[in-house]
Amino acid sequence: MSAQDPARSPWLPKLVVAPSFLLSFLFIYGLMAWNGYLSVSASRLLPNYDFIGLEPYRDLFASERWGVALTNLGIFGGLFIGGAMVVGLLLAILLDQKVRAEGVLRTIYLYPMALSFIVTGTAWKWMLNPGLGLEHLMHEWGFPNFEFGWLVDPDKAIYCVAIAGVWQSAGFVMALFLAGLRGIDDSIIKAAQVDGASLPRIYWRILIPTLRPVFFSTLMVVSHLAIKSFDLVMALTAGGPGYATDLPATFMYTMAFSRGQINLGAASATIMLATVAAIVVPYLYSELRTKK
Amino acid sequence: MNKTLKLSPLALGAMACIALASTAQAGEVEVLHWWTSGGEAKAAAALKATMQAKGHTWKDFAVAGGGGDSAMTVLKSRVVSGNAPAAAQIKGPSLQEWAKEGVLANMDDVAKAEKWDSVLPKAVSDIMKYQGHYIAAPVNVHRVNWLWANPEVFKKAGTKVPTTWDEFFVAAEALKKAGVIPVAHGGQNWQDFTTFEAVALGVGGADFYKKAFVQLDQPTLTSPTMAKVLTTFKKVKDYTDKNAPGRDWNLATAMVIKGEAGMQIMGDWAKGEFLAAGKVPGKDFVCAAAPGTAKDYTFNIDSFAMFKLSNAANTKAQKDLATAIMSPDFQELFNLNKGSIPVRLGMDMAKFDDCAKQSAADFVADAKSGTLLPSIAHGMAVPSATEGAIKDVVSQYWNSDKMSAQDAMKQIASAAKTR
Repeated sequence: MSAQDPARSPWLPKLVVAPSFLLSFLFIYGLMAWNGYLSVSASRLLPNYDFIGLEPYRDLFASERWGVALTNLGIFGGLFIGGAMVVGLLLAILLDQKVRAEGVLRTIYLYPMALSFIVTGTAWKWMLNPGLGLEHLMHEWGFPNFEFGWLVDPDKAIYCVAIAGVWQSAGFVMALFLAGLRGIDDSIIKAAQVDGASLPRIYWRILIPTLRPVFFSTLMVVSHLAIKSFDLVMALTAGGPGYATDLPATFMYTMAFSRGQINLGAASATIMLATVAAIVVPYLYSELRTKK
Repeated sequence: MNKTLKLSPLALGAMACIALASTAQAGEVEVLHWWTSGGEAKAAAALKATMQAKGHTWKDFAVAGGGGDSAMTVLKSRVVSGNAPAAAQIKGPSLQEWAKEGVLANMDDVAKAEKWDSVLPKAVSDIMKYQGHYIAAPVNVHRVNWLWANPEVFKKAGTKVPTTWDEFFVAAEALKKAGVIPVAHGGQNWQDFTTFEAVALGVGGADFYKKAFVQLDQPTLTSPTMAKVLTTFKKVKDYTDKNAPGRDWNLATAMVIKGEAGMQIMGDWAKGEFLAAGKVPGKDFVCAAAPGTAKDYTFNIDSFAMFKLSNAANTKAQKDLATAIMSPDFQELFNLNKGSIPVRLGMDMAKFDDCAKQSAADFVADAKSGTLLPSIAHGMAVPSATEGAIKDVVSQYWNSDKMSAQDAMKQIASAAKTR
């Protein structure tokens, strides 16, 4: 390659990226458009291309179950993103104190990320089930009045999903923040120490503000995990009790694949896409603008 | 086998004559089913053995997950991609939905040769036909409105197996006092719905059930009877354990087998679990009609929809499969394992247990008296979207302490309008 003058073959780079561009155009944007069309079509059991207008969207927002799914996304998303960020940052700061056996601890905290959400969900299902897990254990240990039945309580089950989600993702967030913290020039900290700043103050006023870009990229990763969250709910509660822990992704799956209402499922998928876009587009816009 | 066939039909023909003796043309038959637990798996193996005996290759396409939701998902993607299996376990109004999509094959020649019209009750053959043509082969009849009980537990608690809903709550109270879980239940929405169906039939009767859940008649769905059904249904929940949410049906059955729980309301596939655990009907476990439903019969008929295939050898295998499914030998062998009864009329029931004999007798009697009803909880009564919408409300009502019977009634009535 070095022998060839890039100026003489301006088409070469374009040719090289063309297949991947074409593939991603077809299989990402093409399928998005297809889904968009299905959401205004008469598709039921199998795709059907008769246009029926915005009817599926009206049905979608009239559906109680979709309301529950959206509320749950709000609760789960807020707790999951917030929880993972706070716990991750805290772990990162604590690990940053030059503790002994840092490598071992870091691996331990990061390890949940190596598991799939299915494994996490199943393990937490056992731990949180009143008859098998924590409550049972406490009863055996001689605390017969201990009660922890969140998983089987329709009003609280969604919090169990958030707990398992935070457990899974906090280590990953920690790794990102730790890398960010380690990237900060030591001399800034030393200078602050010379000025007599306390350690919490250094973190609060200097280190955490410098982590701003890390914050944003972490937020991006974690929030899209929250919106597309499916496997965790399926393994932990399967959307139950009733449909108390339904999320938009599980709603979409049920409608499109087991109920024979593909247009309704496609409509909910479009709303999910719009939600992600509402978060990603402003972020990309601000990022690209600062780079110019 | 197929590749060989294309390469050298003569060689294969010779080979087939020698090795398989019975068939000149051996095809592959891929069958999608979700019979993966204990008694059901044995039943599926029986079908496989029957097909292999005919010289065909059986390609198992089992997708686990009670109720078949996951299986349907896989099937849809296969059909959309133009790679449908030969046969898939589809039943009830869903057969019509699939046929409407134009992907099912016409089985009239097999039906005519095997005289399906005369060996099947009309109520059943109507379900198997789309616009007058057979598109599916029925395998078995399950009765859904059963109550399974552990007599030893009942004896210890000093009570008897209930025949009405009033007796049910008396018995449940006695079982609770004796320190066992009165009702084994798995908190999955279709199980909640199965219980609801039994309550609706027992409290409301056959006419109410037919109007409310087959014809989806609005005045019936908002009647005082419906309110009574809902309050009775919710009362059952007080007698289940709090670990029920998410439990699979066979684990709930295991609780009755082990004596941890007194009884379970479940279709007769539960019997397969009892038998697989080596229990004897009438002695180790009792099968009774769900309270108040002794003269009614909610049926759940499994059937195999036959998909259009392009390969001639495979089509032949598919037709053999349809013939095999309806043959008396297979109907007997299969249903002995599955816990259901043959769908074919006039079968000898001698080898079957007492539960199946009772089921078969009731099937014939209820067909005559018009109390043979399609099960709504098992996709026999209404299209899947409507069924799903009603199931959501029923399950939410069962699980939520905040929803009143009146709220549930209104929501069920509006869910019934889903098309």
